[in-house]
Amino acid sequence: MNRRRKFVIGGVVIAAALSYMIYAGVTQSAVYFVTPAELQAAPVPGKAYRLGGMVVPGSLKWEPRSLDLSFTLSDGTATVPVRHKGTPPDLFGEGRGAVLEGSWTADGYFKATLIMAKHSEEYKAPHDGSQAGYRELIKTLRGEGR
Amino acid sequence: MTADLGYGMTLVALGLALYGGVAAGVGARTGRLALVESAQHAALAVFVLVTSCFALLTYAFLTFDFSVRYVATNTNLGTPFYYRITAVWGALEGSIILWSWMLALYTIILIVRHRVGARELYPWALATMLGILAFFLLVMTFAAPPFQRQVPVPADGRGLNPLLEDTGMITHPVALYLGFTGFTVPFAFAMAALITGRIGDTWLALTRRWTIVAWYFLSLGLLIGGWWSYHVLGWGGYWAWDPVENAAFMPWLTGTAFLHSVMIQERRRMLRLWNISLVILTFGLTLFGTFLTRSGVIASVHAFTQGSIGILFLSFLALVLLTALGLVAWRWEAFRSEGELDSVVSRESAFLLNNVLLVAAAFTVFFGTVFPLLSEAVRGVKVSVGAPFFNQVNVPLFLSLVFLMGVGPLIAWRRASLDNLKRNFLWPVALGIVAAATAFVLGVRSSLAVLTFATTVFVAVTIGVDFTRATRARLRLGESILPAMGGLLLRHNRRYGGFIVHLGILVIALGVMGSHAWSVQTETTLHRGETAELAGYRFRFDGLTAVEESNHFKVTGAFTVSNGTVLGVLRPAKKFYPQEQAPIAYVDYRLGLREDLYLVLGDFARDGSQATIKLQVNRLVSWIWIGGMVLTLGALLAILPERHRSA
Repeated sequence: MNRRRKFVIGGVVIAAALSYMIYAGVTQSAVYFVTPAELQAAPVPGKAYRLGGMVVPGSLKWEPRSLDLSFTLSDGTATVPVRHKGTPPDLFGEGRGAVLEGSWTADGYFKATLIMAKHSEEYKAPHDGSQAGYRELIKTLRGEGR
Repeated sequence: MTADLGYGMTLVALGLALYGGVAAGVGARTGRLALVESAQHAALAVFVLVTSCFALLTYAFLTFDFSVRYVATNTNLGTPFYYRITAVWGALEGSIILWSWMLALYTIILIVRHRVGARELYPWALATMLGILAFFLLVMTFAAPPFQRQVPVPADGRGLNPLLEDTGMITHPVALYLGFTGFTVPFAFAMAALITGRIGDTWLALTRRWTIVAWYFLSLGLLIGGWWSYHVLGWGGYWAWDPVENAAFMPWLTGTAFLHSVMIQERRRMLRLWNISLVILTFGLTLFGTFLTRSGVIASVHAFTQGSIGILFLSFLALVLLTALGLVAWRWEAFRSEGELDSVVSRESAFLLNNVLLVAAAFTVFFGTVFPLLSEAVRGVKVSVGAPFFNQVNVPLFLSLVFLMGVGPLIAWRRASLDNLKRNFLWPVALGIVAAATAFVLGVRSSLAVLTFATTVFVAVTIGVDFTRATRARLRLGESILPAMGGLLLRHNRRYGGFIVHLGILVIALGVMGSHAWSVQTETTLHRGETAELAGYRFRFDGLTAVEESNHFKVTGAFTVSNGTVLGVLRPAKKFYPQEQAPIAYVDYRLGLREDLYLVLGDFARDGSQATIKLQVNRLVSWIWIGGMVLTLGALLAILPERHRSA
């Protein structure tokens, strides 16, 4: 059954290669979703995160000429200062939810490379700042994280 | 009133579909043809009822009947006529109606086409179709009813999701759903084959064209979806590995695998179990895709609903898979295929490898899509893998698949001799190497680009070699050149339709490669009169204008584009819809064969003195759409009835 063996070996090689590619792909591009509190608890500079929270009202600064965008993201427990180079996306604003991709820097701020504004029809901004409101927000954002 | 009428019709349709499914099954089992006929009548009645529901809902949209909740949520008095029609399937409830209607339509076509010819399989296939239709009607009745009353009746509706106000929205969902539902027919015949034990080639022969039809529409849907993403969403790309895109891509991959493995069974009587499994898998993935996009389990731009239908779809998926696998286990003995693989270097092997790679690609897409869900369920942390994962894993798979596109159709059956290989592949390989060298000399340094280029040229030459050889053979028989070529295409339409599809894929591959390797972008803020520069183009900001449209407010920027000579004015805009919290960007672009200019208006000063823009020069993207057209033309050619069994 020499021929059959060849096919079996071929199949095993393909399966092994595929498993390796998936494994390598996952380890290289997996990004953890964290909340500001989780990030502040154990920030690792340089590591890629997906950070979800609410843009703190009054914290948003946008310099069109230099394309510098900065704001504070909060989950009700902790806050994280964020900087970004580029236009704020549609649907992004103070008091709204956002998911950011980027990394923590040694200088003590989160450098966002991608901002995804999240609005959900069910979600209403927690005007009272209650924990329940924030929990609901984080839940929504987690759901939206891809 | 409208709501009650619609709801009533849905209920009756559900009852009739259930009855028809049972009647067809019992009729098939007992051989009582009267029952099968009665099921046919039921199917016809269901079709009429679902069509009426659809028409009624459309009428409600056209007349602004806000007593229907679905109408009130998805349109308002400002929605233009055209988009009031597309709004019918703009959200969950309407898309389930569209789905049911197509399923009912396919059921009618199945009855018309196969009632006489396929005595044994037909009643069971009909029963399966009606059973699946009944499920969708059940969803329409209980989980996502389009006909729900809105009390009190509002003076105006909420309005359509502005992103859906686009011409692509009439064709994209229709094509995609025709593809999705189209795979139900091969599945129904596969079930019939398993139930009757006739797992030979009859069901394949019956469903071959159905599969190509489904594949054609699914491909079309994916392409239009890419085009919509490119020119509406304003991020400059056409494919984001978004869960919604993946949901449609997975059945496309397994469906493509099936289209190819069918040929092995037809020719060599092999892979019966594999073919049945692929059909089950493909149909299962269409259900899974709907679950993924419609249950709100993973939200994204497309998934504008958060329904409670997830459980329903997941249960039905489980039921379908368990039933199908149970039937396969029951018929296990019959699956001993007669053929065997003779050699590793043969057409069978090439096709088998093609299948393995396609299914592997489907698996990686599946894995990446559900990975966040799995990690959340198992470890409690949300970990996601984005586009880099999908690209990294799939690029080698797709490149290998493209390579096999050149090998598969030309290599000999059973066992390829060295002579056969030399005869078929000497020129393609040589020209592929020449192409790689040329690309390198011209300054292409990305190894992936060089490899893609070499592979596409290799495949294109194999197609050329085959076509030339076949044409020459006809010329020797005394035909003149044009009739010879036309005759080939029409007489062996499936083979050459397939080749044309392959050519389309090659063109798409080049477009994808080019856009990834050579596109450039920048972002900047301009005062009026200032100029931004990118890749030799100059964009001058001339000012902003504001206009009130029927259902939104629009701020448009004017940018004069030049590259030495003035090329024209691009007018990207921001649209402010009262029902939306924030504006929606409206992209402007100038398409070209070499490159597209793509301009998005970001932020702007209220007095119109300043605007922030995102500028992109996207290379070779147009070839994706051109390749798409070639591909669909090839698929259409392959769908034509075959005049001649190819030898």
